[in-house]
Order: sequence, then C-alpha cells, then structure tokens
Amino acid sequence: MQSALAPGGPHAESVASLSWAMFIGAGLIFFLVMSLTAIASLTDADRARWLSGRAVIIGGGIIFPIVTLSALLVYGLLLSRNLVMAGTPALRIEVVGEQFWWRVHYVDSSGAPHLVTANEIRIPIGMPIEFILKSNDVIHSFWVPSLAGKLDMIPGRVNSYRFAAERPGVYRGQCAEYCGAQHALMAFYLIAMDKTEFDAWYARQSEPAPDPTTTFQARGKALFLENGCGACHTIRGTPAEGKIGPDLSHIGDRVSLAAGTFPNNAGTLAGWISSAQHLKPGNLMPSFGNLQGEELRAIAAYLGGLK
Amino acid sequence: MVRSHTNGQADGGIARSWRHAATPLIMLLGLAACDQVGVPAQQRVIGADPEAGRAAIAAVACGICHVIPGIRGANGIVGPSLAGFGQRQLIGGVAPNQPSVLAQWVKDAPSIAPNTGMPELPLTEAQARDVAAYLFTLR
Repeated sequence: MQSALAPGGPHAESVASLSWAMFIGAGLIFFLVMSLTAIASLTDADRARWLSGRAVIIGGGIIFPIVTLSALLVYGLLLSRNLVMAGTPALRIEVVGEQFWWRVHYVDSSGAPHLVTANEIRIPIGMPIEFILKSNDVIHSFWVPSLAGKLDMIPGRVNSYRFAAERPGVYRGQCAEYCGAQHALMAFYLIAMDKTEFDAWYARQSEPAPDPTTTFQARGKALFLENGCGACHTIRGTPAEGKIGPDLSHIGDRVSLAAGTFPNNAGTLAGWISSAQHLKPGNLMPSFGNLQGEELRAIAAYLGGLK
Repeated sequence: MVRSHTNGQADGGIARSWRHAATPLIMLLGLAACDQVGVPAQQRVIGADPEAGRAAIAAVACGICHVIPGIRGANGIVGPSLAGFGQRQLIGGVAPNQPSVLAQWVKDAPSIAPNTGMPELPLTEAQARDVAAYLFTLR
C-alpha cells in the first residue's frame, strides 16, 4: 500500500490531516461560491440585489479570506512543528540513490557504516529514525508516502530528515524524481517491525553470509564466483567484494528483487539473472544467457538460501 | 390503500418475470465463473479454479520468464511463450501435457526434467492445480 492518505506514522498523519482539512474546506467554499453564482445569475436582479451590498462584498471578499487563510496558516505551522523530531534518533540510516536502486547503510553517529544492504529498509516502530540521503549519479528523490513527505537526493549534497512508523507493516517507497530510463522501476520496501524483532533481524544481517547447506547450493556458490558476479556484488565472507551493485549477503531475506520490481523467489532470481537487460533495460546488470538451465537454478538456490 | 396494493402486485409480477428470464443467464455466468468451459474433458482439472491460478501466476511472477496471455507485464524471454499452451503437446519438450503432470511441473519442474532452468516454485498443491487449470484455458 502506497498512499499519503493511508498514514502509518505521525509525520504522514500530519500531512494527511492537513490534506483532508484543505480538501473539505475547499470543497465547502467551492459549493458556497457556486451557489452564490447561481443565485446571482438565475434569479431576477431585484431579488439578488443583496449580493452586491457593501457588507457582503467586504465580509465575503476581504474578511472571510483573511480569516480563513490566516487560520490555515496557523494550523499548517503548528502541524509542521510536529514534523521536526527533536532529540537523538534511535537509528541513522544512510540511503544512497543509484541508477536504478538504493544503497542502504546503517551508520553510527560518526557516519561509519555498520551494516550494508540494498533496496529494503527495516526499522523499529515508534522511534524517530534519521534518514541521511545522498546520490552517486543523478538527482533521485526518497519517498515513502505512507510515512513521510519526499526529500531529494542530490549529488554532492547531503539531505536528512527524521520520521517514525507507528504501526508495523510493509510500506512501499518510490523514487520521486525522474532519474533515467528505469526510474519507474526504482522502488523499495520499508518494513517497520517491533523492536525485539528488529534487533534479531539486525543481528542476523550483521553476520557474514551463511554457508550453502546443500551440494546444489554449494555448486551455485562456485558458479556465482566463476561467472564473475563478485566483480559487482559483495557477499560477505566470500571472495565476492564488488561495490558496483547491491550487497547480496542476505538477499534471500528480502521481499523483492531489482529494487522493488519483482517478488523474491527461486523463479524470479533465475529469471532476473538470465534476462536482467530485458526486464529492466539500461540497468548495469548484464543478462547471463551463457548459463545452462541447471546452473541457473543452482545460483538461484544459493542466493535464495542467503537468509 | 387499494391503489398501493395493486401497484405492489404489478411490481411483484414484473420482478418475477425478470427472474424467469435471468435464470438461464445466471446459470451461464455461474459456468463461466469456474470457466474451464472451452477446455476439453481430458484437460479439465477437477476442483481447480483458473481465476485463482491466474492470481497465483501473478503473485509468483511467472511472467519474469514467460509470455503469458492474460497476465499483466508477463513478457519474459527466458522460457517459452505460454500462448496457446492448452494446445501444446509436450511440457518443456519432455512430458505429456496432462493435468497431473502439469500441476507437478509448475510446482517442481526439476523433478520431471533435471536439466531444466525452471526452478521449484513456492506454490501449494492446490495452487499448482489452479495454475494448471489456467494454463489449459490458453488456447
């Protein structure tokens, strides 16, 4: 679910209540103006004369807009004060926009990364999280409509804001600034979970990638390394240390593939490896059409097992 | 009082005649809902729902590898197009295209063809039968 009108946290709730106040208010005023217009044009001049009276002109034309707009301004300012979350954030997450995916670093207060992942962000509920937004190439924009407004990721600049999720859930996020051919397929999932669940996830993710548990997966690991996948991808604890593409150390644990584009299962993993350029033309991953069917399945089985 | 009574009777009569006319139509719609209508008897999957199969195909994203008529965005080039699949004689070029074989194939293709590129997929037995039922409707 991805809608600014289905808020999942205090930040988005403020935005949603302001939106509703404006929709309903504007609707009522529109109805009032249209009714007055109908009276003025459809009834005979004598009966509509009161509409051109001094009191109506001054009251409806000057006083009413001033009062309404001032009230709206005060309401808006009060709401935007709620949007600024003071104090130390529970967590700092650096998100770097790439064509066409998201590099995700969980960092400490000095900015040093503690955990590297991609295309999926998990946070504990009920605590302010700081998002530090950067870009490695062109301008992107970070947007999780159900949790907060959008904020641009600009090359050479660091933008940051804080927000929280009130309820556990899977929130879809999307690049909100046209960034190239596959902008439309640049999404991610933000998963809000209970603190204890989050801590368990974080501890698991901080470990190196698990070893293959079956001979078929072990064959997949060997093929992954032989085919040069490690030139672009990192799998922690293996010789694969590439930094160009997403970190795959725990890819089997993610809900989506190719930046929120496909569900994550053995079939989509194999299909993506085999035809990445057909599925998302212009992304940096080549299609590996050189693999035998069984080899493709072995690699998918290995990656799917990286929980 | 009398007037409203006669009106009531007239309305009831019209409603009844409508219901009579609609009965065969509703029956037809009912058949269309379980929709294995154009499928020959030997390809009907008993108790399976092609519509549920279509939803499962979309959820698992079979379209990442296959062209599948009726599934949005299913334009894959890794495996064969499934257009006209109900007419296909062999599954994956190796096994006869029959309900029980197809239901096994969509869930666990390597158990039938060990060198296939099509992996085991996260489908339940029932979902696999629904998927097979949908594929047989592609004629």
